[in-house]
Amino acid sequence: MDLPVIAPEAPQAGGCSAGSCGSSADQMGGMSDEIRARVQDHPCYSEDAHHYFARMHVAVAPACNIQCHYCNRKYDCANESRPGVVSELLTPDQAVKKTLAVAATIPQMTVLGIAGPGDPLANPERTFETFRQLAAKAPDIKLCVSTNGLSLPDNVEELAKHNIDHVTITINCVDPDVGAKIYPWIFWQNKRIHGREAAEILIAQQQKGLEMLVAKGILVKVNSVLIPGVNDEHLKEVSKIVKAKGAFLHNVMPLIAENLQDACEGDMNMMRHCRQCRADAVGLLGEDRGDEFTMDKIEAMDIDYEAAMTVRAELRAKVTAELEAKRQKAHAPPAPQVVQFMPRPHKSAQESAPAGRRVLMAVAAKGGLVAVHFGHAKEFLVYEASADGAKFVGHRKAEQYCAGDETCGDGESVLDRTIKALEGCEVVLCSKIGFEPWGNLEAAGIAPNGEHAMEPIEEAVMAVWNEMLAAGKLDAKPSAAKCA
Amino acid sequence: MALEIIESCVNCWACAPLCPNKAIYEAAPHFLIDADKCTECVGDFADAQCVAICPIEGAILDELGTEMNPPGSLTGIPPERWAAAQAEIMAR
Ligand code: SF4
Ligand code: SF4
Repeated sequence: MDLPVIAPEAPQAGGCSAGSCGSSADQMGGMSDEIRARVQDHPCYSEDAHHYFARMHVAVAPACNIQCHYCNRKYDCANESRPGVVSELLTPDQAVKKTLAVAATIPQMTVLGIAGPGDPLANPERTFETFRQLAAKAPDIKLCVSTNGLSLPDNVEELAKHNIDHVTITINCVDPDVGAKIYPWIFWQNKRIHGREAAEILIAQQQKGLEMLVAKGILVKVNSVLIPGVNDEHLKEVSKIVKAKGAFLHNVMPLIAENLQDACEGDMNMMRHCRQCRADAVGLLGEDRGDEFTMDKIEAMDIDYEAAMTVRAELRAKVTAELEAKRQKAHAPPAPQVVQFMPRPHKSAQESAPAGRRVLMAVAAKGGLVAVHFGHAKEFLVYEASADGAKFVGHRKAEQYCAGDETCGDGESVLDRTIKALEGCEVVLCSKIGFEPWGNLEAAGIAPNGEHAMEPIEEAVMAVWNEMLAAGKLDAKPSAAKCA
Repeated sequence: MALEIIESCVNCWACAPLCPNKAIYEAAPHFLIDADKCTECVGDFADAQCVAICPIEGAILDELGTEMNPPGSLTGIPPERWAAAQAEIMAR
């Protein structure tokens, strides 16, 4: 099989290394038939279904009862997985109106989520009021909710009463010593609790909540925020425990910088799909129609939901039939749990390999162009170049070694770390690069290249690859760098 | 006897639903406490609820202007170290 796979570590933890992507066809691997049947038409989990169905989120529950070190409250939280953006806060009535308006206009809309900012279960009245109304008015919409878990055990009973399709718990650790580094405090039984004790309570509540939900037959997904140096190693343990307790999916999300997501806009469907919990995001994947549904426009709409439900049911039947036909055709056995960033036609082994081996190149990019100074790059996009063209395969975080002028402080060790982060890449494309990093990169077996500044990424990557091919550099495996 | 929310409030909503006296209300540019209603939670809770959940050091003051969550009490970063880090960032 010739899959463009990125798996930073062996995926022995069952999806723990699955990067930030919340969904791929392969996520279904290892699921029981019963769960597979329940999630296969779900736009958040099924690669197939998300081309046909859509989900939306509303922000109705702003308050939060814990503090995460990575959250500054001015922006949405990781519960919501869109760092750096503020959502429009709605009252339950407004949220219901908006959901009905969207569902009537976009019949593909099948899932409504309540996520951050805030913890939906720290504001149970607002959350449940929204669910109550929707369950009554739009029984054909699946409901889901994301929570930090602290108040989960108290709310399982109530959750089970509604049309709740699944619950997402953000679990960053199962060890209070790790937790003490992630959560400075929690608000618990009318008091603020700090440090290890806080983490202990939170972890106990999360695990208890998980067990209670599973016992009630409610699907549970676990999200973890990967914090380098704090819980990266530990997440394997988290994965093992939550799966053993019956979570059907463990999704690891690194905190992705906003500029990377901007850089990916347009050509990076998979990356957009990863942001599965965007509040306000409406519509099919890659087709956000939030602007059509601002509160003032919704107030002016006249919605006949009864009529809409018929249309919705017809569409669902049609799509389900289509998907079923597709699955019959494919009847593929579950693939191993790896992240597939780009679907690509397989080639059989017999086919002659195209001339020139694959080369990984890191690109300091902005807005789809090779446009960032090496020293200013916060992240590098990694492309795999081959005779098939340039494919995006992932990203690597850089530590900016140069925040201002060329002579700033402890630049060197940071540069070393950046070079380490680029391991496996043979070329780094950037708009400009300083003399010193140039030398260090070459010494590490990575060829710096500033000749394609302001060119579109894929063209630049392929130009460099073709030069390497012409120079006869692509015949053998590279010696210094190991290819992923 | 009443507490006061000042401009460092980030409008996170955490405090408002907890107040036993419904003394906290949304306002621009930030949440406010109705001094006539606030009892500092005496008789209801051992700790003032807004103070116990507010994530921002210094956002809530008592009548004497004392910060209920003083610097370092929530982040765990001592004020001197915070000041030094700030100065370092500014110098760049
Ligand atoms: S101290 Fe208590 S009564 Fe006063 S505003 Fe805060 S929560 Fe309300
Ligand atoms: S908890 Fe603190 S920061 Fe949040 S709204 Fe209340 S006073 Fe403002």
